[in-house]
Amino acid sequence: MKHAELIHELIAIFGADRVLHKHNELVVYECDGYVAQSGRPRAVVFPETTEEVARVVQLLHREKIPFLPRGAGTGLSGGATAMNEEVIISLVRMNKMLDVDFENMRAVVQPGHVNLQLTKQIAKRNFYYAPDPSSQSACTIGGNLAENAGGSHCLKYGVTTNHIVAAKVVLPTGRVVDFGAEFGDAVGYDLLGLLIGSEGTLGIATEITVRILKKPQAVKTILAMFDRVADASETVSRIIGEGIIPAAMEMMDQLAMQAVDKSNYHVGYPLDIEAVLLIEVDGLAAGVRAESEKIVDFCKEHQVRQVKVASSDAERALWWSSRKMAFGAMGRISPDYVVQDGVIPRTKLTEVLQRIREISISSGLRIANVFHAGDGNLHPLICYDASVPFETEKAMKAGSDILKVCVDVGGSITGEHGVGIEKIEDMRYLFSDAELCTQIAIRTIFNPDDLCNSGKLIPKPGRCSEMKHTSSIIKQQLEIFVDKSTKSASHSM
Amino acid sequence: MGLEELYSVCVHCGFCLDVCPTYQQTGKENESPRGRVYLMKAAVEGTIPLDESVNDPVFNCLDCRACETVCPSGVKVGTLIEKIRGLTVQENPKTGFRKFLHNFFLRELFPSPKRLITVRKFTRFYQRSQLQKVIHMSGALRLLPKYLREMESVLPKVTKASALSVLSKDILPLSKTSKGTVALFTGCVMDVFFSEINMATARVALRNQLRVNVPKQQICCGALQVHAGDRDQARKMARHNIDVFLQSGADFIVVNAAGCGAAMKEYPELFHDDLEEQEKAMQFSKKVRDITEVLTEVGFDRPKARLERTITYHDACHLAHAQHIRTEPRELLRSIEGITLIEMQDADRCCGSAGIYNITHPDMAQQLRERKIADLPRDAEVVAMGNPGCMLQIQAGIQAGGLEMDVVHTVELLDEAYRLERAER
Repeated sequence: MKHAELIHELIAIFGADRVLHKHNELVVYECDGYVAQSGRPRAVVFPETTEEVARVVQLLHREKIPFLPRGAGTGLSGGATAMNEEVIISLVRMNKMLDVDFENMRAVVQPGHVNLQLTKQIAKRNFYYAPDPSSQSACTIGGNLAENAGGSHCLKYGVTTNHIVAAKVVLPTGRVVDFGAEFGDAVGYDLLGLLIGSEGTLGIATEITVRILKKPQAVKTILAMFDRVADASETVSRIIGEGIIPAAMEMMDQLAMQAVDKSNYHVGYPLDIEAVLLIEVDGLAAGVRAESEKIVDFCKEHQVRQVKVASSDAERALWWSSRKMAFGAMGRISPDYVVQDGVIPRTKLTEVLQRIREISISSGLRIANVFHAGDGNLHPLICYDASVPFETEKAMKAGSDILKVCVDVGGSITGEHGVGIEKIEDMRYLFSDAELCTQIAIRTIFNPDDLCNSGKLIPKPGRCSEMKHTSSIIKQQLEIFVDKSTKSASHSM
Repeated sequence: MGLEELYSVCVHCGFCLDVCPTYQQTGKENESPRGRVYLMKAAVEGTIPLDESVNDPVFNCLDCRACETVCPSGVKVGTLIEKIRGLTVQENPKTGFRKFLHNFFLRELFPSPKRLITVRKFTRFYQRSQLQKVIHMSGALRLLPKYLREMESVLPKVTKASALSVLSKDILPLSKTSKGTVALFTGCVMDVFFSEINMATARVALRNQLRVNVPKQQICCGALQVHAGDRDQARKMARHNIDVFLQSGADFIVVNAAGCGAAMKEYPELFHDDLEEQEKAMQFSKKVRDITEVLTEVGFDRPKARLERTITYHDACHLAHAQHIRTEPRELLRSIEGITLIEMQDADRCCGSAGIYNITHPDMAQQLRERKIADLPRDAEVVAMGNPGCMLQIQAGIQAGGLEMDVVHTVELLDEAYRLERAER
């Protein structure tokens, strides 16, 4: 199908106002929150219903034109970047809350619904949606599903996959199916579990049923500033070791604190402290008070310079903003940055930070560290200047080196940002060819022609006889997930 | 600041997306702060031409600055937008009727106090004679788009004379002690349609032991020119006001229109290529205060009279986002005994007025107006704010929506309370 014909067909489905196709207006869509690599899409469309998503996917599947779904484009691994001149299916206009059921603690939203807006909408009844990625004020639930997003409070409450119970999905062939079960566990294979975190390679969720939670009776937030990183990380291990699971336990290092203190979210950290811990406990009032007192004591036992409990909602909100805006605040100290997303065993924190410092010195690049200390999820922020020749490559290399350190100490290459294009090569360090082939075989069942977000998440393995075998079986089975009606429709055209 | 310094600060995190009214309405990243910055960067670096794919989003921006409030990186989106508009206007001079309109309004009318007085007189004649009625009855207004008709119908009655002409040059407070001298900026549109608010501002300042000075040579602040990209004209007007107000020797330059206050605080941006002029502009802008800001800064008297009202407060963009003034007006309003303040949903989302945006972009402006009206708490009798553009816009929306709610400037409520205490005495 020629480009002009495609655009004509897209406009026939969406109307001219909901199709972007002129070369210069597509520039804006050439990357997401990960800017080191970019690729221009061939068009962007803005569906408003499941049917429209299905129609456009059927068209693209029929014509073998690559496509990918995109939410707010706040992702940090390039999951929504069009590396193969895809048609971007932007879901931001599908931003409605379709249903809310407080008695059964469920809400149904469209994928473009902004994470924080969900909490805001149900706050009047004292409910909230637990997963809270730092970008929650802008990112969408659909994107959260694709990336299995985490957040500060996932230490106690779990990540996105623990909070989505069902989804209506447009498969890459255009067929509409329902995964999961609103109540109880879905019987059979956990297809919803496969979908969540599949980074848009298995389909496009168009209706998402989430758990909503009652707000805890009490919350206490503690800010603890340490002269030495080692003391801060030992405090973290001590708290968990004592059997306290805080709702959140976050750490920032000196450079991260300096950046965020230059922003609108100024806390005023002393310039010479090495680490700050932000710890939150929630639950029943009596328990929360006792836990927060214990935590303060543990901080003191580990040479904390200063520790305080938030005295007001405003103070608590400021501390949280300071943490959550840290990535964006990198712009205050550096023209560009990449953020890594390694996971390590908590107890290795001091050692890994030392290794990161060495990588920083050898690469000549400043690296700030922000992390979910409670679950060992590191976010090294590597500062660079893309206008300096080869500095982007240096930053990528430093990031990759850090991930190797994480894997070497028994961790992983991503906690919550996804693999996308950024870490796709690092997957080889984590998985064998056979393991990658198994994943590809699964993708092939859903996404037989690899049209939907191709080149993300799973790298092409060197040799993969299993994959070829699976593909041929799927072809023989006449594309398991193809809707017979769309197939016959395509033949009649 | 140069353009590169401005756009290179953006790290593309996207935290600005969901606060941008035009992105909320369209879902298009081209119509978002991050997208606009990306486009402007591409155009400056020459990877795409400075054509309509850049200019449309740049001119569709409300310049409401909501993105600046949330931006962790501190991108000055407003300044960047205004500078690119300047470039566009330079490179594509307007022609024909658009040029005539631009020159007539932004170069001939607004900068000239004399011409504004003529407009004032004509409008007053139009409103007071049978002319308005005749025109309404003739249906001639139907030639205007519905949106402008609605605006016309809520234009306040023009008083006999402007505050600039009525107020004497130097007015002393009754009390012997003074908390300082304020030079009152009376504005252009403000003093045509809202001269009463200027009078109220002067009274409230005097009541709080401030000496009020009214520089007679002052002219319009030039905000509309900056927004439209006519930086040459804006510079001329800024130079004039800087001289006039610095000569007055006042401690503060007091403004009651959010858009003017923000523009005057940002005068130094207009002179970044001339250090000497910039220095002078900085001296000037350091003294600029919104009326609510100066009152809380020098300390204000709690009105002794009660005013029983249930009110809500709308944050004008150029107060909340451009000047970070949110608590001061609320503090003043709450100081009035009897006032119940109900916060509205998203009080700091643009109402769509945005200078002359509601005339240049009526569709988007109307969508935003409807959202604002939907957010007004229905229990409120009064909606207070600190910008004349918002007042007209919200008044028109209230009328179109069939609501019964008064639209007032924050100082008007304060002035009313102070006047009541005099009456009670």
